[in-house]
Amino acid sequence: MSNDVDNSRRKFIAAGVAGTAGLVLAPGVTLLDMANARPAGEAASSTKRWGMLIDSTKCATGCNDCVTACGKENGVASTGRPETDPQWIRKIELKEVKSGKSHSLPMMCQHCAEPPCVDVCPTGASFKRADGIVLVDRHICIGCRYCMMACPYKARSFVHEEHDDQNPDVPRGKGCVESCTLCVHRIDKDLEPACVEACSAGNHGAMLFGDLNDANSEISKRIATYATTQVRADLALNTGVRYQGI
Amino acid sequence: MINPAKRRSVLGWLAAALSALLLAGVMPATAADEHGAHSGHKLIAKGDKCVRDEEYMRRNHMKILKHQRDDTMRKGIRTTQDSLKNCIECHVNPKTNSVASSKEDFCMGCHTYAAVKVDCFECHSSKPKAPAVGMNPIITPEQQSEGKDKQSSLSGKMRWQMQAKQASLNMGEGVK
Amino acid sequence: MNNDVFRKSKDGAFYFVLGVIGLVVLAGLGAAYYMEHHGHVVTGMTNQIVWGLPHVFAIFLIVAASGVLNVASIGSVFGKPMYKARGPLAGLLAIAMLAGGLMVLMLDLGRADRLIIAMTYLNLKSVFALNVFLYTVFFTVVALYLWTMMDRKMHAYSKYVGFAAFIWRLALTTGTGAIFGFLVARQAYGTALLAPMFIIMSFSFGLAVFMIVQAVMYRWNDRVLDEAIQHRMKNLLAVFVAAVLYFTVVYHMTNLYFAKQTDFERFILLDGGVYTNLFWFGQILLGTLAPLAILFHPDLSKRSSWIVMAAMLVILGGFAQLYVLLIGGQAFPLSIFPGMVESSSFFDGRIHTYSPSLPEFLLGIGGVAAAALITAIAVKVLPFMPEDKVHKVIAAD
Repeated sequence: MSNDVDNSRRKFIAAGVAGTAGLVLAPGVTLLDMANARPAGEAASSTKRWGMLIDSTKCATGCNDCVTACGKENGVASTGRPETDPQWIRKIELKEVKSGKSHSLPMMCQHCAEPPCVDVCPTGASFKRADGIVLVDRHICIGCRYCMMACPYKARSFVHEEHDDQNPDVPRGKGCVESCTLCVHRIDKDLEPACVEACSAGNHGAMLFGDLNDANSEISKRIATYATTQVRADLALNTGVRYQGI
Repeated sequence: MINPAKRRSVLGWLAAALSALLLAGVMPATAADEHGAHSGHKLIAKGDKCVRDEEYMRRNHMKILKHQRDDTMRKGIRTTQDSLKNCIECHVNPKTNSVASSKEDFCMGCHTYAAVKVDCFECHSSKPKAPAVGMNPIITPEQQSEGKDKQSSLSGKMRWQMQAKQASLNMGEGVK
Repeated sequence: MNNDVFRKSKDGAFYFVLGVIGLVVLAGLGAAYYMEHHGHVVTGMTNQIVWGLPHVFAIFLIVAASGVLNVASIGSVFGKPMYKARGPLAGLLAIAMLAGGLMVLMLDLGRADRLIIAMTYLNLKSVFALNVFLYTVFFTVVALYLWTMMDRKMHAYSKYVGFAAFIWRLALTTGTGAIFGFLVARQAYGTALLAPMFIIMSFSFGLAVFMIVQAVMYRWNDRVLDEAIQHRMKNLLAVFVAAVLYFTVVYHMTNLYFAKQTDFERFILLDGGVYTNLFWFGQILLGTLAPLAILFHPDLSKRSSWIVMAAMLVILGGFAQLYVLLIGGQAFPLSIFPGMVESSSFFDGRIHTYSPSLPEFLLGIGGVAAAALITAIAVKVLPFMPEDKVHKVIAAD
């Protein structure tokens, strides 16, 4: 029965895709925005590329809402040992050397299209999902930390000690490397990442989540309109997380 | 002053020790396989009806879990039937609210007896997610409307799922 | 043939030494178990300094393992009889040190229990995975090489297998250097220079290790190493030490020329505290200039104890160099936003601190002991003692 439901839903969506395809005016320009919801039995596809746009002009120094939400959602808590505590997202305060202009922004895995962590991983535990989310498969991570050496954003953390307070949706444990998953378990349920949700809930509006492959998505429109930056753009990693205002 | 004969015997001894070591590593594992499945060990929090035949599950639950694990991890396929979370929901020990915190719990009951290490709970939570209304990850909206009253009994839900899946499942095929 | 090498009168002493080495290996294994059980929180390693002291030991051993084979190569590939006599010992040391180094590397993994995964899931784009392949083939080729050198019937093949081992050794150390050379993110790494630099480092460290082991074996058996041989080897060591110095100078000069690298160079060369001291006093003064002075000194360079001293200093300098490259390279923070001052709760923009813990040291020294243990047992049961026909050495060279 649930299979039938799945099947009929799949058929319906396939028909929807075909219909939408017919409405394509030019490559990359569609009239209709397809529903995001992907059935549970369907694999993530490369037609989407999830990304985030962070407006540092709206991000206040001292505001930690995104970090707090991430910790709560993913069960990443401080043990009081800051040097070994994992951090999936952190606030960085920046100051331009000459002008003294300061910025505040959240920094996390940038979900590169060409992720160095994936290249260097000896077992293939570090991988990029079809929809652009860079993840660690802890089932085959051996804890060598080579990805941490390779990441230009210091986005990855090694789990230095045992944990037993995992969120059932977010497995994590001693001896493996981990980083921001873009809340993949939420995305698969058609929800926004926890940090973005918290930023909106706090009326800060500094974080925008969406599909970079969809020209009509809010995020794509913003990127097409305003000057945005990729951090360490010199490395040409084509990051999924973009910044505005720095 | 070691003569060639003595040298040979030392090498021979080393080879023997090495093979003994290898054998020692293999033996208990096979022995455990043999007896673990037929132990008649009493299980706590055993559900009424599993997603597959009981005998099949005893031998192959790890294959099903591994298959689902790769699908979910790599492709984002999040069907609930074969997910570890679904197992935990049904098999949780009400006393400990876990499947692996003590020898009395479902997973550890067998695994301790069979002396097979479970690696799952190094990372995965062995506890079910607290059911928030409308947010339970293993209950799809259809199921919710269908089985509002059944929701209190997790095994009831499983039975419902089984009926739905019966056609597509049989022992030999198992994991698709 | 050389059954009298380890004379019975010293059997007691031999087993005592073996026992001591064995205890150090056990301590290393115990330390690894302790780290594995509690997690890396009990080490000095953090999310800032992700590779620590064990990696310094492991990389030293792996690099020296490849370099020590040079002694055999000079014999087989370039046909020098004096080195030919030393080929088997060199091959043995290569296998022993690589095994010791890999032991440390594997036991430091966050999930050392998943060794089988490391060998069965290979991401071929990863230099690390490539190294797994390079190490495995290296073991095989060197084992074959030993066979051709030590079995009279196989002598004919020695030259070819020796050549294969020679090429493979260069590939292996290129791979080790590339582990760092391919890291684009950090300022200390990400340069192809590291590959040839690691090769020349391997020549230097490997020969130094060989000379010390050789000296110990001669002393143990109350033999005297021929002066001509000693002279040649010390000159070769001096050349290698000078070559490492050359690469070090080029590495730092290149960095100093790039404006974006000057902060990093200032850190290593001027105000990096322990790293600056280790660089100038450890690597340059004790590890390079002092051995060079000994090896070229008209008097001291003729005394075998001074030559051994010089070799020890080279090894010490090697450890200092790897410590500065590995730990110093990580201690300098990532430049995520060039041109801006960064600060955060995750130590962005700050020099990272690292204080190695006892378990890490024990694991590292345990790897050295494992290499020593393999060597000691092997030289006891098989004829690895170099046998020179002294008159021919002089004539042929």
